[in-house]
Amino acid sequence: MATMAPARKWIGQNIPRLEDPRLLVGRPGYVTDLVLPGMVHAAILRSPVAHARIVAIDASKARSLPGVLAVVTGQEVKELTNPMPDFGPDPSKHTWWLLATDKVRYAGEPVAAVVATDRYVAEDACALIDVTYEPLPVVVDPEEAMKPGSPLVHEALGSNVAYSRTFVFGDVERDFAEADVVVRDHLRWNRSGAQPLETVGAVARYDPATGMMTIYCNSVTFTFLLFLVANTLRIPSNKLDVIPCPAGGSFGSKFWAVRVPILAGMLAKLVGRPVKFVEDRLDNLATSDHHGSDRIYDVELAAMRDGTLRSLRIKVIDDYGAYIQFGVGTHGNSLAQVVGPYKIQSVQYELYAVLTNKCQQGAYRGFGSEVTNWVVERMVDLAARELGIDPVEIRRKNFIQPHEFPYFIPTGNMYDSGNYPGVLEKALQLADYQGLREMQRRAREDGRYVGIGVISAQERSVFSATEFWFWFDQPTGITSSPESVTLKMDAMGNITATLYSQAFWGQSPETMVAQVVAEEFDIDPSQVSVIYGGSASGLPATGPGGSRFTIMVAGAIQGAARRIKDKMLKIASQRLEVAPEDLEFAEGAIRVRGTPEKRMTFQEVATLAYLFKLDLPPEIEESGLEANYTFDHPYTTMPSPDRKNLGVFYPFVGHACHIAVIEVDVETGQHRFLKYVAVHDAGTVVNPRSLNGQIIGGVAQGLGTTMYEQFVYNSEGQLLTGSYMDYLIPTAMEVPRVEIGHQETPSPFTPYGIKGAGEGGRMMTPAAVCAAIEDALAPFGVRVNEVPVTPEKILHWIDEARARQVAS
Amino acid sequence: MADRHAINVTVNGVRYEATVESRLLLADFLRDQLGLVGTHLGCEHGVCGACTVILDGRTVRSCLVFAVQADGADIMTVEGLSRDGQLHPLQEAFRDKQGVQCGFCTPGMLLCAYEFLQEHPQPSEEAIREAIAGNLCRCTGYQFIVEAIQEAAARMAVASR
Repeated sequence: MATMAPARKWIGQNIPRLEDPRLLVGRPGYVTDLVLPGMVHAAILRSPVAHARIVAIDASKARSLPGVLAVVTGQEVKELTNPMPDFGPDPSKHTWWLLATDKVRYAGEPVAAVVATDRYVAEDACALIDVTYEPLPVVVDPEEAMKPGSPLVHEALGSNVAYSRTFVFGDVERDFAEADVVVRDHLRWNRSGAQPLETVGAVARYDPATGMMTIYCNSVTFTFLLFLVANTLRIPSNKLDVIPCPAGGSFGSKFWAVRVPILAGMLAKLVGRPVKFVEDRLDNLATSDHHGSDRIYDVELAAMRDGTLRSLRIKVIDDYGAYIQFGVGTHGNSLAQVVGPYKIQSVQYELYAVLTNKCQQGAYRGFGSEVTNWVVERMVDLAARELGIDPVEIRRKNFIQPHEFPYFIPTGNMYDSGNYPGVLEKALQLADYQGLREMQRRAREDGRYVGIGVISAQERSVFSATEFWFWFDQPTGITSSPESVTLKMDAMGNITATLYSQAFWGQSPETMVAQVVAEEFDIDPSQVSVIYGGSASGLPATGPGGSRFTIMVAGAIQGAARRIKDKMLKIASQRLEVAPEDLEFAEGAIRVRGTPEKRMTFQEVATLAYLFKLDLPPEIEESGLEANYTFDHPYTTMPSPDRKNLGVFYPFVGHACHIAVIEVDVETGQHRFLKYVAVHDAGTVVNPRSLNGQIIGGVAQGLGTTMYEQFVYNSEGQLLTGSYMDYLIPTAMEVPRVEIGHQETPSPFTPYGIKGAGEGGRMMTPAAVCAAIEDALAPFGVRVNEVPVTPEKILHWIDEARARQVAS
Repeated sequence: MADRHAINVTVNGVRYEATVESRLLLADFLRDQLGLVGTHLGCEHGVCGACTVILDGRTVRSCLVFAVQADGADIMTVEGLSRDGQLHPLQEAFRDKQGVQCGFCTPGMLLCAYEFLQEHPQPSEEAIREAIAGNLCRCTGYQFIVEAIQEAAARMAVASR
């Protein structure tokens, strides 16, 4: 497509972030900084054991400690609240309460909560609570948990397999029968998590006179689902006001995370004073409900001798931990782009969602599809190795081509647009791929182990909620997952945008919203004010997550701007005695096309709208210049009843090529980066510097998952990585400098052609780094099929490979 | 509680007298008693560096220092970096290079860089990376922070000429 990109003034500019002035002086307004008059503090007592019946709880000593207002246990929680919201299959069989009631199901599960005049006293009181546990057998290995006779995490379920089903998309049998080669592997993606530096926190206030519950919190993006929170708190849905506070990082982990605000709310109602509860780091590590995917794969990839990829057979066991709050939505996400950027014709997907005595999973940047990217890319590399084809060539050969979009993959999801060969060529050029291969050859001659990993993968954006329910046969209907904005031009002509979700968690919502408003009205973005509205007076919003926010809020702004501008044009048209179609918005004014001196400033129009409505034409129905707009998912379709086609549910698909160059020390298992290149296609770019920041930050997190981070549980179910001395987050010494390139293939279906881009870094890096390490160790024939890749594992793999060589 | 101590501290040039429990962390004292909430608590076990403040000229982790230990000390927090509403050149550089995303590590990172640049006015990229390796950032991947510190060094060198 050789169409000219429309000229834009603000979208695409590197403007400084509007968020930064307050962040740089330490005044972001985090919930932990909030103090309300009369506020008291909560702490929780965590279970020290992974699986045990709660026989008795003696809180008498804790209750008599000076400064303690209340101690709440699981039995009282059953009196005070309803079960927690749960989107999993058949929640009545694995009911999730705010605190453990009959038994504890993982080490760290909250058993009691204390409210006291300060946090120190609350924690003192936790230490005085005496809980009698009757130990139960522990199950931590998901494959063991699937076996008959395994200890049951939830007896009512009768099994630890919360969900299992095999889906077939396309003619898998035929494609495998006709294949020249089938490559197989067993892959393990261990559990890591978002670990934002700010934990989840909330301050709740309850007014018994009005029945109004106000909760300030840094989690819960879905305002249209807050009735579920109200239900758990046993208050009417119109008596809950959730006020979003800027979050000190989330990466998915705060997009729901309702337990903290619900706990604060329950306690505030109970003690009649505002209550603050902020997780400490151990709470966040052990019981945040937001550990990432934890998967065991057996995969077969069918290919032809010329490198054509035909079909994928995937069997996956996912260890969800003790509860399953989002069902298997993370696998819905996987199915959105399960064939990667390739023309793979059929897919079999066999899923076992297993419960064990561990913390439950939640959302983490990628929501499951980062794992599938890694699996598919690892398998494509294996096929390349088996067939003796260069890893770049096999990708190039199988790419969906630019003229084939919109492209429907076997699962039914659509890829809107793309230019995968273009991205690949850009990345190869930026990295100097030929030069790198030459350098690698020379390094090998010198006895050094240098590897080059090249991967190409997808970043789906803007989810439709079908991914949460197409697993089940009952038809539900398509949830729009809308995003809303209120735009107001005041009597002085100044514009305020109000956002309704938990929109700030480290990306740049205010900057981006200001850029879009500036584009729509032709004003300077620094003049736009962006605020966050509470839910009680708010509009439906879904917030960041699934790389959706920029697209969705841009659509909402366009809609609201259109309403305001229509009204302004009517006013200006009457005053200037010119037809509306002859007017244009430019430089903070409405002016006559071709006669720019004939104009009205925004202030002049706005003053009329607010103060002199009765002088205006009768088609102006009311005073003011304010518009709400709720933007619904622009493109999603229903799954077929037989689920052989899941419909379109994640259609705006970005793409990236990452190239990692790594040297491995085969004596110590240590590695170092020689180069890292990332080329992304996120459609139209709104703010290049901010996008680059998202990419590099995502690379750092991907690197953590790939090399360093893991929630390690021992056979007793104890979390061994309960501090940052053991759970290793990459520092500035580990994260390489990332060289970034962009390709812009606008989406034909989204506002301005934007595609989501918040998760891409983390969705690409694991595959690129593993490929580079495997390539570095190619002289040994090492296969990298597990993350994290620790030095010990590298040495073990080398030893194994040497033993194999000796044996043969 | 009998176990209380009178302390005198100077924070960002302001003198304070207070009575604190011996177990009160300096971070909690700064945040809860003085209202200086720019000092953030990320891990409360001395690894993440978000709570870094400068105490008598050296960076410390205020989650590993008791308020009583700061008796008589001169402390600078992030609130002391900007003067009269003017951002410090380090803060300016962090803004221009987008060395900030969520802002939670930022105060600690700024104070770490502040101390480092005083001793190393012309640092290499490698030296900067090593200097900030004790401060975790979960958002940026550090690259723009490194660029911001390099930029700040250049601006401060010009300013001091």
